[in-house]
Amino acid sequence: MTLRGITKRFPEIVANDHIDFEARSGEIHALLGENGAGKSTLSNIITGLYRPDEGEIAVLGRPVQFHAPRDALEAGIFMVHQHFRLVASFTVAENIMLGHHQTVAQPLLLDPRAIERDVLALSERYHMPVNPRARIWQLSVGEQQRVEILKALHRGARILILDEPTALLTPQETEGLFATLRVMAGEGRTVIFITHKLEEVMAVSERVTILRRGRSLGTLQTGATSPRELARLMVGRDVVFTVQAEEHAVAGPPVLELQHVYADSDLGTPALHDVDLRLRAGEIVGVAGVAGNGQRELAETITGARRRTTGTVMLAGRPLRSGDPRQAIRLGLAHVPEDRMGTGVAPGLTIAENLILKSYQRPPMSWLGLVRWGLARTRASELISRFAIAGSPQTPTRLLSGGNVQKVLLARELSSSPRVLVAASPTRGLDVAATEAVREMIRQAAAAGVAVLLISEDLEEILALADRIAVLYEGRIMGVVERRQANIDDIGLMMAGAATQGAEPAP
Amino acid sequence: MMRIERRLRIPRWLPFAVPTGSVVAAFLFSGLILAATGHDPVSTDQRLLDTGFFAPGALSATLVSATPLLLTGLAAAAAFRMQIWNIGAEGQLYLGAVGASGIGIALAGRPAILIILGMILGGIVTGAAWGAIPGVLRALFRTNEIITSLMLNYVAGLLITYLIYDSHSYWRDLSTFTARLFPQGKYLSAAASWPHLAVAGIVIPLGLLLGVAGALFLWLLSTATRFGFETRVIGDSPGAARYAGMRIRRRIVSIMLVSGGLAGLGGASQIGDFRHVLDPRGLQQSGFGYAGIVVAALARLNPFAIIVVAFLLGGLANAGYSLQGPDFPAGLVGTLQGLILFFALGGEMLVRYRVRVRRPRALPSAPSPAAVTRAS
Repeated sequence: MTLRGITKRFPEIVANDHIDFEARSGEIHALLGENGAGKSTLSNIITGLYRPDEGEIAVLGRPVQFHAPRDALEAGIFMVHQHFRLVASFTVAENIMLGHHQTVAQPLLLDPRAIERDVLALSERYHMPVNPRARIWQLSVGEQQRVEILKALHRGARILILDEPTALLTPQETEGLFATLRVMAGEGRTVIFITHKLEEVMAVSERVTILRRGRSLGTLQTGATSPRELARLMVGRDVVFTVQAEEHAVAGPPVLELQHVYADSDLGTPALHDVDLRLRAGEIVGVAGVAGNGQRELAETITGARRRTTGTVMLAGRPLRSGDPRQAIRLGLAHVPEDRMGTGVAPGLTIAENLILKSYQRPPMSWLGLVRWGLARTRASELISRFAIAGSPQTPTRLLSGGNVQKVLLARELSSSPRVLVAASPTRGLDVAATEAVREMIRQAAAAGVAVLLISEDLEEILALADRIAVLYEGRIMGVVERRQANIDDIGLMMAGAATQGAEPAP
Repeated sequence: MMRIERRLRIPRWLPFAVPTGSVVAAFLFSGLILAATGHDPVSTDQRLLDTGFFAPGALSATLVSATPLLLTGLAAAAAFRMQIWNIGAEGQLYLGAVGASGIGIALAGRPAILIILGMILGGIVTGAAWGAIPGVLRALFRTNEIITSLMLNYVAGLLITYLIYDSHSYWRDLSTFTARLFPQGKYLSAAASWPHLAVAGIVIPLGLLLGVAGALFLWLLSTATRFGFETRVIGDSPGAARYAGMRIRRRIVSIMLVSGGLAGLGGASQIGDFRHVLDPRGLQQSGFGYAGIVVAALARLNPFAIIVVAFLLGGLANAGYSLQGPDFPAGLVGTLQGLILFFALGGEMLVRYRVRVRRPRALPSAPSPAAVTRAS
């Protein structure tokens, strides 16, 4: 399969910028890049979900045009998504015949026995033990993934794309997956392996194509490169240190202190391992890392939205109770959540109502169980002009642009005179002007003595704002570096889970 | 091709135009059915309006039907505003009737004011307690309150049947031989009859006044209090509520107490205003709790609109009783009422969604010439 000059533009962003990509039959080809590098867009183009604005695709030398996912399936291209597309109450065999049962056996009658036999044969050939009569909900995540791969094989996939296939697997399951992929490649099929983990690239792929910010940086022979080189390419040497963040840190006891914190993800799997962090007043600490490495859990554990399994969190010298957001708010913890519309504001309520979301239960906003709406509206007008929010106190928040929603959020959080601000991806999805406004608010908060924990997948943002940088990988702090001494190679290596050479150990 | 899209903005005139259009459409359509079944549509509609609203005594009769609908409508709206789907106003109303009649019997011989206050409180408390069951289950075990509250309606129905027909309970009249043979509840003393207002010959039951007070209470609760603010945030975005540190589980139970209490008050009014006896058959045939859901939906959960809608639907119900006769079967009455509701609720959708008719675009069946030349 060959892609030439693939370009896909979305409003305000070029997701794929003239990407050339070629995968040979019989090879395992890794597609490496950070979040937002354009990996998903590219795979959506390959599988016919998006149509490229420019460029062409050829399969086995013949140019093709995919109008719909069906066309890509007919060309033998299958994708295993990170979130499986399986019917939980159906059996393995039933899931495998889903969608193409017309072509199997008789046109009207289904023959589950025949499918079960096929499935057994396939699972033996590719070393993927799975019981065809088991129902999906009974299977582990690794087994479900096998079902997805079997589905593709059963339909005669020639090109298989796996999107971050190891994200939810145990090391043993990962090994098993790699063995299966090698068998498939050995038969002349093409495997495209999307990942951001360097060790996996090194372990399984023959060639690797690196994407950064929608562009391809070229394809390398895996054997002829090193994790260090890949990390540098992936994260980018040209990251600019334009904005000189001032050093605000005030000497003194830490305002926020995490000691040996462990927490679980929503699925009940461990998400944070032994996290230690200390923030002093006026300091901005950036938490870098590729998405899904425990960022959300870290923010939620500190703010009390998530219970921790063990460990302590101290705010201004007082221990925070696990899973008690009220106490955290009362002690001066402000939080800009990742999901601003779903969590940070109630979209159906007005700006004024959202601005008192955290202060409505204490005086002066509350009086004898009543909300003082007159005061709330005056306050809202003040904050709207101070933070330059486009709207009136009575405007429903859902009508605001992303930048203005974020301003409402920050106005509320910063006007509560917090001690600590936890900001998760505060500028994601914002335009340039709004991004700058939000960053400026964060800088000013730090200058005023707020300790800021900036959790972001955007390394450039962290380098522009943070005094110190902690790198999170699979729920662990891989190391903490001073921004002045930050070495982009080391940060890239830590983000990809490689050894933490050159970085100070976590304090 | 027809598509239904959500309206981004709702024009100001629309919320008024749509209900008017719905009513017109309902009368036109029901006219067709009446004509097809050999009734004169115009005179039937006239009778419907007369018996519902204009004839002497019609308004008093309409208010009798409107009172329970107002209270169960408020009960449904209280919970629905928080996205808690309490379908159990029916059972909560039965329990309110049980509580109020029990207290009415127990306090016989005391001053009327004491009996009546006791009945009001008793109805609210028992209704609220019954409503708390699905609330607690939802809060603690995340059970679906639609199912539990609905099932509890049947339990409540069986419970009141048991109290009168299948047991020698406190509520059953066992004083005479006939009463033992044909089970019935104990009638309350005259002092337990709730007083009413009479304005220009129209009888306004106490329950209706309490319902209007309930609407005011619900509105104040929602707009002025911390509690109401929390319920609105929880209803709009549970994620934001949790993030702001609101205690969602407690609020679920509280709102179910409020909702059940309002329905229970409806049950108390049934006893104090109208029936003066725990009457399992009569209560179960009326289905006020389910009708309250319709009232709340039509009023878009606005407490004051519920007063208006309860009044209109009360008139419709009342007209239905008097239309019914040898030449006019009950089924046809039900059909007419159903049609009016159907159009009213169907029109509701048009306020928030628009129907857009579009010609299907020609599908690109073959690659365009340009694509072919570039590819080759």
